[in-house]
Amino acid sequence: MIVATTAQRASSWTLASSFAQRIGSVVLLLAVWQIVAEAIHSRLLPSAGAVLIALAQECVHGPLLLSLGITLARVAAAFAVAMVVGTAIGIVMGRSRTIDALFDTWLVLLLNLPALVIIVLAYVWFGLTEAAAIGAVAVNKIPNTAVTLREGARALDRRYADMAASFHVGRWRTLRHVIMPQLYPYIFAAARSGLALVWKIVLIVELLGRSNGVGFEIQLYFQQFDVTRILAYSIAFMVVMQLIEWAVFQPLERRASVWRQ
Amino acid sequence: MTPALIAEVREKRYPRARGAQSHVALAKLSLQVAAGEFVAVVGPSGCGKTTFLNIVAGLDRDFAGDIRLAPRADGQPARVGYVFQEPRLLPWRTVYENIALVLPPQRDAVVEDMLQAVGLAAAQDLYPLQLSVGMSRRVAIARAFAIQPDLLLMDEPFVSLDHDTVEQLRELLLKLWHARPTTVLFVTHDIREALVLADRLVLLSGTPGQVVADVAVSLARSRRHSTADIEALREEILRRHRELIGAAAAAAATPVE
Repeated sequence: MIVATTAQRASSWTLASSFAQRIGSVVLLLAVWQIVAEAIHSRLLPSAGAVLIALAQECVHGPLLLSLGITLARVAAAFAVAMVVGTAIGIVMGRSRTIDALFDTWLVLLLNLPALVIIVLAYVWFGLTEAAAIGAVAVNKIPNTAVTLREGARALDRRYADMAASFHVGRWRTLRHVIMPQLYPYIFAAARSGLALVWKIVLIVELLGRSNGVGFEIQLYFQQFDVTRILAYSIAFMVVMQLIEWAVFQPLERRASVWRQ
Repeated sequence: MTPALIAEVREKRYPRARGAQSHVALAKLSLQVAAGEFVAVVGPSGCGKTTFLNIVAGLDRDFAGDIRLAPRADGQPARVGYVFQEPRLLPWRTVYENIALVLPPQRDAVVEDMLQAVGLAAAQDLYPLQLSVGMSRRVAIARAFAIQPDLLLMDEPFVSLDHDTVEQLRELLLKLWHARPTTVLFVTHDIREALVLADRLVLLSGTPGQVVADVAVSLARSRRHSTADIEALREEILRRHRELIGAAAAAAATPVE
């Protein structure tokens, strides 16, 4: 018990110190930015302070929070579709040689199709609609998820499946307790890189064919050459994404790997 | 009374890679086991013992022959418990969850009862990586008994363990088997172990695995603690079944692919 408490204290200590390091790193970045901006003194490179003030103003008076909410909803929808569809495709391709042989080339083609082409085609074929926008983003991410999960499905340990089969553990329980836990590391890897990719592409989709959201606002400020507000919106979104990483992904991953200690 | 298990394996082949001749693992292996009997299948390593158990368990259906398990009294198909060569517990589930997985939902009493029976009630919330090797084997045995099996398959469950642990586990197995009688098919390469545990020994030859002898163990269970008695019985079996030793030597000389 005493050992456990000491270990916990030690781990919360390292956690606190790594947090302090990150804060220090951010402060350093802001300081460098501030100094360079003051030295150059150009409207095209606003200082860190000016951007933070603009950020606060946009939060209170401007459409920042609303835009952020709309964009986040699109990110969530596209991310969910991409993860579910990509995971299913990856598992099927990883388990069946025939299907893998048939569709591997499709996957390679899709992986190499530029995001911009997918977005433009989606708008041309399905109109400037919400579904086209979200679908285009999802299609960009699906091949990545499928490739990662295919690796996971290929690495599944047959011995556990045999155990479950010999004890007649049903399909659903086998999937939940035997198969999925072996895939979690791959799902987390796909989700991490997926979120980063999805939110970047959502902004492009909004810029090209939506009339609201962070991407749309950035386009407006781009036309006015308002770099301060462009940076303010980007920072707001980066902070939200990092919060999701800390508050959602990391705790989930810790929970899924307690058995490894 | 109908036997609990009738196994007829006419042939089991493993395809060899790319056009080369396929490899016959088992041939003309037939075996009947009476309900409640403890049968040890003894043979040199590589003679197809694990293959045979996988066929009986229904994991391997690619063979010529027939496996018949007597149905339960209520007409349901027979339940088979399997203790693999390595414990094969899910490392990402606790001891408790590993046993609960093979049972229908909400059978907490059964899980607790089994953990008590193998002396691991205090370890129920540990993960398999936190267990000693002996404890992991206990959990694997508890899991197999938890389903109240009609047939219990055990594939060299006590290999690569130290002597004391093996002794304890054998004792535990016999204790559980007396309290929860069931038909057991126990695979081992160790005649001594088979003599300590089983009612009957089925001796297999080397590749392809075939039954070369079927020996009832006459020694009373109460006298099996005596090393001298077991040793004498082993000598006698080896004397009577020279061919087993010959086959074992041949199997050892043939390089395993």
